[in-house]
Amino acid sequence: MITLERRPQPSRAWSYLSPILAVLITMVVGGLVFAALGKPPVEAIRTIFWDPLFGDFAGYFRPQLLVKAAPLILIATGLSFGFRAGVWNIGAEGQYIMGALFGAGVALAFYPIEARWLIFPLMVVAGTLGGLLWAMIPGVLRVRFGTNEILVSLMLVYVADFLLDAMALGLLRNPEGMGFPGSRNLQQYPSAHNAELIANTGLHWGVIAAFFAVVAAYILLSRHIFGFNVRLAGQSPRAAAFAGVSANRMVLICLGLSGGLAGMAGMFEVAGPAGQVLASFNVGYGFTAIIVAFLGRLHPLGILLAGMLMALTYIGGELAQMNLQLPRSAIQLFQGMLLFFLLAVDVMTNFRIRLGRKGVA
Amino acid sequence: MDLTAIDPLLLLASLMVASTPILLAALGELVVERAGVLNLGVEGMMITGAACGIIFSTLTGNAWLGFAGAALGGLLLSFLFAVLTQLLLSNQVATGLALTLFGLGLSALLGQGFAGTRPPAFPKLDIPLLSNLPVMGQIAFRHDGMVYLGLGLVAAVWYFLTRTRAGLVLRAVGENHDAAHALGYPVVLIRFGAIMFGGACAGLGGAYISLVRVPQWTEGMTAGAGWIALAIVVFAGWKPGRLLLGAYLFGGVTVLQLNLQAAGLAIPVEYLSMSPYVATIIVLVVLAAGRKPGSLGQTFHASR
Repeated sequence: MITLERRPQPSRAWSYLSPILAVLITMVVGGLVFAALGKPPVEAIRTIFWDPLFGDFAGYFRPQLLVKAAPLILIATGLSFGFRAGVWNIGAEGQYIMGALFGAGVALAFYPIEARWLIFPLMVVAGTLGGLLWAMIPGVLRVRFGTNEILVSLMLVYVADFLLDAMALGLLRNPEGMGFPGSRNLQQYPSAHNAELIANTGLHWGVIAAFFAVVAAYILLSRHIFGFNVRLAGQSPRAAAFAGVSANRMVLICLGLSGGLAGMAGMFEVAGPAGQVLASFNVGYGFTAIIVAFLGRLHPLGILLAGMLMALTYIGGELAQMNLQLPRSAIQLFQGMLLFFLLAVDVMTNFRIRLGRKGVA
Repeated sequence: MDLTAIDPLLLLASLMVASTPILLAALGELVVERAGVLNLGVEGMMITGAACGIIFSTLTGNAWLGFAGAALGGLLLSFLFAVLTQLLLSNQVATGLALTLFGLGLSALLGQGFAGTRPPAFPKLDIPLLSNLPVMGQIAFRHDGMVYLGLGLVAAVWYFLTRTRAGLVLRAVGENHDAAHALGYPVVLIRFGAIMFGGACAGLGGAYISLVRVPQWTEGMTAGAGWIALAIVVFAGWKPGRLLLGAYLFGGVTVLQLNLQAAGLAIPVEYLSMSPYVATIIVLVVLAAGRKPGSLGQTFHASR
């Protein structure tokens, strides 16, 4: 008979070990899935995890790693505060889109004036504000009417998605675009372009913002009273209430923080790697960031590593698509599986497995 | 724009069809939540059901077998959720999200060979005599079997939850799992059953989209229907009767905006398309009533 016994304290060793174990199990099971699809499993895993870093064309792929990881890390860092405090913002994808729309909107309003010192900072502020305001909708509804923030934030992803389509075809469409959908390309507008800061490194302002966010989150969580309150609110809402932590304020701050960072990520993306407001702009970073946040144990440094790993699966996945004709959905499945196994293995952090017969109660 | 092109009778009839997938999925989730479990993976189970429905019906040539396969697919996925949350005691919100992300990937992988294939036709059942009624006949009695099955399930779930002993036990488990455990009820087992019923219902709902409403397979075709089903459970205050109202309300908005699109209303299509989601939020804010089950979303561990 197998029984679970609650540990007096969560195991530190297991909390570090379980993400690694989850990745390993995912590789094994993922390999089996690839084999079932008729693809060589070992080669597929190597293509995804090894070749982008150390393969023949690694010089091309390594910069992509930073480009893909930056939005994931930015969004996941914001989400981790809410997830710790029991505020479930799962609409980061929508906030990411709104940040991009606000940021690009500001840039296009100034076009073709050249004033980088004014326009680019203004875009960052606008993008952040866009995501923040979009996240405030579920926040205010929850605080004022007790509406479930999970459902509202998710519904708003679909609304934002349609808004993106409408903008790409309407208000923000390039007047010189010969009728094609999509805005002007911000990469060709120097005042607004979020360009690579050092050539061929992938380093753009969004990457720097992501690193800053990680450091700031680390300090907030470990050294600041706010971080303590967040942890308290998550572990014991009653104790937090007695300690004078306002639950409503916690909801608004957590949603605002995650929404703002997601919006900022969207703005950096649309002004840099993506370039255009287009219906195909969002590729699900807002949802993948949820996996990143959990895989990183909701800890800033963990999120940094997890973001890099997930970025690797995106790039390696594209590579496997080209070289092995592995379907794109297989990578999506792979990412979903990773979260599943992590949650499964995580039982070891809080519980001990006891073998043997049950004693008399 | 020509609003006279919209036939109110046809509108009401298609409302019943449009609300059926949501109704089925929401009904399953209602039972799950009444047992105290929050499964946010409805979207993932629905889309997997949609893919399984296409696969089974195309391979067997029978739409009913497609529905059976879809129910099985949803059930298997929900079994995973049950193992994780009930045996491995994982966080239900996180696991539900994982289930949705996993289901979206899985369905895309399963369905990729079936894009563009037309599933076998699902015959309508004209109910004799009743379907000849002047107005009601056209609205309510000329649909396919799943529409009636959905309505029948609402009545069955209502009866089960409020009039049977087993339903009472299930509600007790959802209201206070520690007390139910102390009384000797097998909390985990009951929740397993509820979760798997929810999975099967979500699978059926998804298959109704891919086999009847569209009818075709495209990636991500449920487009948030699973989340709307979750919202309708909250709107309904966890009561089957109100659930029907919520699903019809949602179906009404969906059908109306589609008709307005077809009639060429001067509003861009994108704004009309977002209306069901906006309506869901408004309904959640304005009309949500009722108290959620006491143990909803909490992990149960019988410690000794």
